[in-house]
Amino acid sequence: MSSQALVELRDVNFAYDRRPILKGINMTIPKGKLVAIMGLSGGGKTTILRHIGGVLKPTSGQVTIDGQVIHELDRDGLYQLRRKMGMLFQFGALFTDMTVYDNVAFQMREHTDLPEEIIRDLVMMKLHAVGLYGTQDLMPAELSGGMARRVALARTIALDPMLIMYDEPFAGLDPISLSVVGQLIRRLNDALGATSIVVTHDVQESLKIVDYVFFVANGAIIAQGSADDIRASGETFVKQFVHGEMDGPIPFHYPGSDYREDLNLQV
Amino acid sequence: MPVIKNLRAIGHRSVDAVWRLGYASRFFVMTLLYSGTSFRRFHLTVREMFFTGVMSLIIILVAGTFVGMVLGLQGYETLKRYGSESALGSLVALSLVRELGPVLSALLFASRAGSAMTAEIGLMKATEQIDAMELMAVNPIARVVAPRFWAGVISMPLLSALFSAMGVFGGYLVGVVLIGVDEGSFWSQMQSAVDFQHDIMNGVIKSVVFGVAVTAISLFEGYDAPPTAEGVSGATTRTVVESSLAILILDFILTAFMFRGD
Repeated sequence: MSSQALVELRDVNFAYDRRPILKGINMTIPKGKLVAIMGLSGGGKTTILRHIGGVLKPTSGQVTIDGQVIHELDRDGLYQLRRKMGMLFQFGALFTDMTVYDNVAFQMREHTDLPEEIIRDLVMMKLHAVGLYGTQDLMPAELSGGMARRVALARTIALDPMLIMYDEPFAGLDPISLSVVGQLIRRLNDALGATSIVVTHDVQESLKIVDYVFFVANGAIIAQGSADDIRASGETFVKQFVHGEMDGPIPFHYPGSDYREDLNLQV
Repeated sequence: MPVIKNLRAIGHRSVDAVWRLGYASRFFVMTLLYSGTSFRRFHLTVREMFFTGVMSLIIILVAGTFVGMVLGLQGYETLKRYGSESALGSLVALSLVRELGPVLSALLFASRAGSAMTAEIGLMKATEQIDAMELMAVNPIARVVAPRFWAGVISMPLLSALFSAMGVFGGYLVGVVLIGVDEGSFWSQMQSAVDFQHDIMNGVIKSVVFGVAVTAISLFEGYDAPPTAEGVSGATTRTVVESSLAILILDFILTAFMFRGD
């Protein structure tokens, strides 16, 4: 990947209570690209995203966003930078006590002095962009999972961020919603000229839309490349993951004592 | 060795308790420091006052009336022995404004509004709404916690005053309307016995202190709740238990300072 980097992770290590979670992560994400971080649950994908968002500080190494080392910023600096970032959470994380309208308008009201008429027009435009114009008066509890994800997407792009992060955006969606959300992620990235990072384990949907993929397992990057590179990869873990093979480097059986011995079976 | 194991467990729990107390104090100080938004955008606080204060009105008004009615009955029975039925008004009013009003309304507030606050913030945390706010560069302490804190602190004395007023009305219903205590004595005795500064203001101070304690405990427990169903339910239970104990202990301390030598 060429062109100017927006996000850079250099030798990032992170541990919880001395238990290593990330081990020497190096990652460069250029401006304007849509990048996926894939791997098994608990492999460290969301932890990487939380480092990029400045929620976690690395034990060692450096996370740079738009030329600023995010974990060295003070609270004001961090908040200034976060205003240029958006994050879509796994299940949307919509504010349940607010209408769809108020959810999308939330950041505009918090961070700008725009008059309510302008905010209204912007909210309607954002909702139209995700195909949900007309839902502005609904409460989050009245939305389906796919709709909630799209409203959250409208809220994420409310202030036209330069960097959009998606944490498992495809989790729990039906095939139509899955495809709609996937296409929206690609389209919005290109229309806004943003850079997007998608953390996912949905191989088929994400390989259709992304420019580049990082494969993470046990806290380290084990493979990376374009969607075609990943599909053609000979790396055993990547092969098992991409093709959904039952057995491989990730064994089907939980490691335990000998099953036959336990049942007193004669071999 | 079981003794060493037990000692270690006690030590571990003590360290945890001290650590948690420190974290709670820090949380409280942060809430005060980030309270500017609650006053600059007062509509946020007013909105929370609706949920904590107005929505607690029914339970406060009904409970106040019945407590006053019971006081009227019990007070009349006791005073009759000494031929002092006419002092019923002062007994009902003093019991309510000094003690029962602030204490019982705070206990009801803790179980109605405090537990709701804990559950709401705990669920906001569990569903990543707090994290989302933080990542939108909006401070959740300033935007979510502080308006609720001030709403609770403002609502509590108002609810306590309404509780006492309804209690006096309940005492009047039973004492004057049902039993037949002289209406003039009921009100005049009350008027002469209750001192604005000494009784009413001290009651108001108590309810403000209870409001601070209950709201701070409720918000901290919600914010500190593990983001699971079990975590939120445990935090809600702790809110009611800790708030109730805090109210009763603070009541003793405040009463000792306010009414000693009476």
